[in-house]
Amino acid sequence: MVTTSEARVEARFEELSNKRPFWEVAHEFVRKQPLGSAGLAIVALMIFAAVFAPILTPYDPELNSFEHMLTPPNLEFLLGTDQFGRDLLSRIIYGARTALFVGFTAAFIGSTLGLVLGVASAFFGGKFDLIFQRIMDILMSFPLIILALAVVAIFGTGIQNVIIAITIPFIPRCARVVRSSALAIREIPYIDAARANGFSNARIIMRHMVPNVMAPYLIMITAFVGQAILLEASLSYLGLGVQEPIPAWGLMLQGGAEEYAESAPWVAIWPGVAISLAVFGFNLFGDAVRDTLDPKLRSQ
Amino acid sequence: MWQYIFKRILLMIPTLLGAAILVFFLMRLIPGDVCEIRLAGTGLYVDQEQIDLCRQQLGLNEPMIVQLWDFISGYFTFNLGTSMWTGKPITYELGLRFQLSLQVAVMATVVSILIAIPLGTISAVRQNTWLDYFVRAFSIAGIAIPSFWLGILIILGLLITTQAWFGTPWMPPIEYVSPFKDPLGNLAQLIWPAVATGYRYSAVATRMTRSALLEVMREDYIRTARAKGLVEKLIINRHALKNSLLPVITVLGIEFAFLMGGLVVTEQVFNLNGLGKLFVESVLNKDYSLTQALVMVVVTVAVFTNFLVDIAYAWLDPRIRYA
Repeated sequence: MVTTSEARVEARFEELSNKRPFWEVAHEFVRKQPLGSAGLAIVALMIFAAVFAPILTPYDPELNSFEHMLTPPNLEFLLGTDQFGRDLLSRIIYGARTALFVGFTAAFIGSTLGLVLGVASAFFGGKFDLIFQRIMDILMSFPLIILALAVVAIFGTGIQNVIIAITIPFIPRCARVVRSSALAIREIPYIDAARANGFSNARIIMRHMVPNVMAPYLIMITAFVGQAILLEASLSYLGLGVQEPIPAWGLMLQGGAEEYAESAPWVAIWPGVAISLAVFGFNLFGDAVRDTLDPKLRSQ
Repeated sequence: MWQYIFKRILLMIPTLLGAAILVFFLMRLIPGDVCEIRLAGTGLYVDQEQIDLCRQQLGLNEPMIVQLWDFISGYFTFNLGTSMWTGKPITYELGLRFQLSLQVAVMATVVSILIAIPLGTISAVRQNTWLDYFVRAFSIAGIAIPSFWLGILIILGLLITTQAWFGTPWMPPIEYVSPFKDPLGNLAQLIWPAVATGYRYSAVATRMTRSALLEVMREDYIRTARAKGLVEKLIINRHALKNSLLPVITVLGIEFAFLMGGLVVTEQVFNLNGLGKLFVESVLNKDYSLTQALVMVVVTVAVFTNFLVDIAYAWLDPRIRYA
């Protein structure tokens, strides 16, 4: 049963990656996953904004201009300005850089560590697995934001520490999922064959088991990017994340948003729209990736 | 069954113990301590002697292992001690906030049930139609919209609509009143944060309802019900929905556990004096004893809820047999 589902994932991978021309695959994806395609479009737009930020932005995102404080949206400032007279559109476009950097780094490091640890835990089994799973239990019983808060309190604020704070809670969540897939793979004869060949444990884990749990790993990564962006925004909103004057969406909501919400609602609205849209896009895309890669859910 | 329950209880002990050790050392990794913050936080020069005296009074100069033992033995004997920052008993500090956070958590759960079950059902019954896509997009948006921003929007919306309708802007009251004293005033304050968090938490439950219902709809007994000519409405309400709610209850249970601790950001927006706000304050003040107690309360609630959910699951579904 396991072998057939694995084979199906592999077949799906090949089907998606090389056999057919790109546009055909793309067309099928759009037809089968309309929501996922919308998500992909949002993600692509965000990456485009982040890469070409210097060309796209009309103003310097960190430039204060006291003549233009809290200007409502107009032709000069399309989304208006904040309480320091900084152009909101420019700050939001540059904010995509911060969000994507934190999102991708945290999701990639967290899932990759989880992947290696999860596979190792399944491979060694026994006492190691039992103790390792209890440690993961402990980390998972801490609500995400509380663990992140503690990490920021220890290392201080700033972008690297925010990434650390977000990465740590991801590790046990990914390790748990990967482990359950890896447990099934451990029982497949080719692992015995690899052992009989006298390969080292590290080689069996990295060369024979890890490639076979790529599907849950990819699903976890795409799911984590959105969560990481949201967590970064929450930490920055609490004043514990990215610090001024770096443009970050959560931070933009912290400073003036509540104070000026009534007289200058645009300060409170646009950064939130940016966060929601970005996370929405990644979640839609992540769902589509999961539907495509997970054979159990695909039949539904 | 009893053997399974016993085994689950035994497995809870290392988790709780591990969480206690983790929070103990995590707090002590944070540079500075409560004495330095309290005495030197104002920026004035302070004698080292004074700081030493303060540490002695709070027991911070004891060896780590003694402090750890005091904390863990205190936790298991329900003696949480006093807050290092305010000097008041921790049970007193917690009691005030616990009621508020518990109420918001319960209300948010009710909100999320009211959203999740009808929407999940519609989405499953009309699978792969535009209605289904809309519901799914709506629920994914629930996870995507940060609850603090939704909170800001709710407050903004309230201000603008009340201004337009009544001429004077109205804000939810800030002072907490017990629901037993003034139910309306209490509701006026807490319904908004409950909606903001409830919408977010409904997302997972909506998807769970949808996929569980889809699975049940393919069962043989549904075909039988259709074959004997039952109305579709009856099939869904009586046969399918009842059998698909089990995993939804599990998800709600697990989420409820995290709601208690996860209210940190929402409480900040609505200026509520709950556990989440207390937690942020206690971490910033490096109030070891209060932070430790708070984390243990949240973790204990989470671990016990998980346990109860597992037991309820085994109890309710006779097909599940735990050996």
